[in-house]
Amino acid sequence: MPKDGPILEVKHVSKRFGAVQALEDVDFEVYLDEVVGLVGDNGAGKSTLIKVISGVYQPDSGEYYFEGEPVAVGNPKDANALGIETVYQDLALCDNLDVVGNLYLGKEKTQRLIPRVIEVMEEIDMEAEARRVTADLHINIPSLRARVAALSGGQRQSVAVARAVMWNSKIVILDEPTAALGVEQTKQVKDLICRLREQGLGVVVISHNLADVFDISDRIIVLRLGRRVATFNTMETNPDQVVAAITGAKLAEGEDVYHQRAGANS
Amino acid sequence: MDAETHFEESETKNGFIGEQWKALIRRIAEGEIGSLPVLLGLILIAIIFQLANDNFLTPLNLTNLMVQIASTGTIAVGVVLVLLLGEIDLSIGWVSGFTAGIMAVLSVKQQQPAWIALGAAIAAGAGIGLLQGWWIAKLKVASFIVTLAGFLLWNGALLYILGQTGTINLNDPVIIAISNTNLPVWFGWVLGVGAMLVFAYTQVRERSRRAKAGIRFSSMPATIGKIILISAVVLLIVFLLNLNRNPRQGEPIQGIPSAMLIFLAFVIIFDLLTRKTAWGRYVFAVGGNAEAARRAGINVDRIRISVFILGSTLAACGGILAGSRLFAVNQSSGGGPELLNAIAAAVIGGTSLFGGRGNTWSALLGILVIGSISNGMNLLALESSIRFMVTGAVLLVAVTLDAYARSRREVSGR
Repeated sequence: MPKDGPILEVKHVSKRFGAVQALEDVDFEVYLDEVVGLVGDNGAGKSTLIKVISGVYQPDSGEYYFEGEPVAVGNPKDANALGIETVYQDLALCDNLDVVGNLYLGKEKTQRLIPRVIEVMEEIDMEAEARRVTADLHINIPSLRARVAALSGGQRQSVAVARAVMWNSKIVILDEPTAALGVEQTKQVKDLICRLREQGLGVVVISHNLADVFDISDRIIVLRLGRRVATFNTMETNPDQVVAAITGAKLAEGEDVYHQRAGANS
Repeated sequence: MDAETHFEESETKNGFIGEQWKALIRRIAEGEIGSLPVLLGLILIAIIFQLANDNFLTPLNLTNLMVQIASTGTIAVGVVLVLLLGEIDLSIGWVSGFTAGIMAVLSVKQQQPAWIALGAAIAAGAGIGLLQGWWIAKLKVASFIVTLAGFLLWNGALLYILGQTGTINLNDPVIIAISNTNLPVWFGWVLGVGAMLVFAYTQVRERSRRAKAGIRFSSMPATIGKIILISAVVLLIVFLLNLNRNPRQGEPIQGIPSAMLIFLAFVIIFDLLTRKTAWGRYVFAVGGNAEAARRAGINVDRIRISVFILGSTLAACGGILAGSRLFAVNQSSGGGPELLNAIAAAVIGGTSLFGGRGNTWSALLGILVIGSISNGMNLLALESSIRFMVTGAVLLVAVTLDAYARSRREVSGR
């Protein structure tokens, strides 16, 4: 459960794409040791918000705090340097490489025969460490030398998550991690997310599947039409309340949604 | 975890043959057929031609074959690299001709020493690759189009530098020697035994290092079996090449042909570079999923350009080998069937046209198939019309297998 202040906090974030106000004055915070479910209907601004957090988009206005300090995140590399990793739905894996190759892609351990020209990979070190990482996360794959193409959807998702967390990450953002998975594989991935929390990370999960969100999250944040309309403690709410917030049937934080919409229209 | 350890045990207990066999079955089921069909094809071709003409499998004919295929094979090594990226290079044939033309003009017309002529040819190859690679990577023009333009451009450039001469006969002893030397018998043995020892040492060291790191390592019988198998093949080849292959009386003809050794060296060097270095990993990554590679922080443009540079440089080396073997460079150097044979060889050998799958050994296997068909049909005194048609059919089968394997991978949802 949350402790101390949030590790990451953005405040008053607004982002406009042409005529569309994708985000309007949105606050968002993540604590260590917690899983936050970020939910909302299509077009609610979930993807825009995580892209702002991961440095892909620059907000029109807003503040960005990491460990309580204001920071500038101008591109994805800045976010990575802070320890923020994002796993997008496409996973960005190379199917033709094996698990070790994907885990270390772009960060190979090498012995420099001729720096920048011939750098021989330390396959044995990489495989041994990959073995530790996957064992720590209880990721079950047939072989670390199996090509990713030969893995199931859940295993591929697990590899993508392992790659995101193995570089001392503090926050992992998962975009629809269970969208394309079967029942058994969804369970694998949900177990993995819980293990990330046990290891002390802050995890943000975007999902359309409320059942999954209720299974794994500590808090649920609801976006609607570019605004943050509700925050729930998962233990103290039920799916009906969350659905109401998503669809705008009723605002959970006291306000009547029809009232707000009328205000926006006038 | 349980499943993983169980899996490992079952694999290591089966010994060498069992391990390889299981891995093979798994790969075929997953559509990772690689070089298997071409190996079977080669055996079939050898049997057919040997039955039709018992001169086919003689040391003399086989060494002739190796020397014939060395130049196109070297070009095919470059093609493999380009195909791994998921790109194509159609200019390689005329690049090999043009750069060989540079060598010939410098050596014969300008009377320059061999090292200048050779260095200029190789540098020109690298420069052409840089230009084409830059155009493809930075200006985002399809490699098919850029290298098709190069095909015409370098053909024209070859005609231009040859001018009225038409054919330049090479006379520099160093250049001639490149493709026309047989290495001393003792040198062949030193090389063969040396290669064997290096291979055995690296295998044993790899095994003990893996055991120490606590990761899966092959069983002792499997390691020894692999060493014995590879050693036997290497030593058998050295033995055959060191036999006197002169069918008549007189000076013995024996030893490893230099052109073959150069070609093999390229295959091995680029095999190591693609499998063992970070650069090689990035080539596969770009060929497999360029967007994922870019997001992993890999400089995709730099990888693309480097591969086109190497492709054209290897084409230049192939041109030099061909010029040296034929003692001449002329207006059609690099423009014959070599051009398409180099691409066909890479694909027949098992490198995928779709990028990200293959290895440089497929250049050797593929060019052996094409060379064997050509050589065998020459022995049978068949017309080149039939030769082309057969080679075309083989290429069609190879490409079909590649497409089939790809659809297998997709169907299995993988």
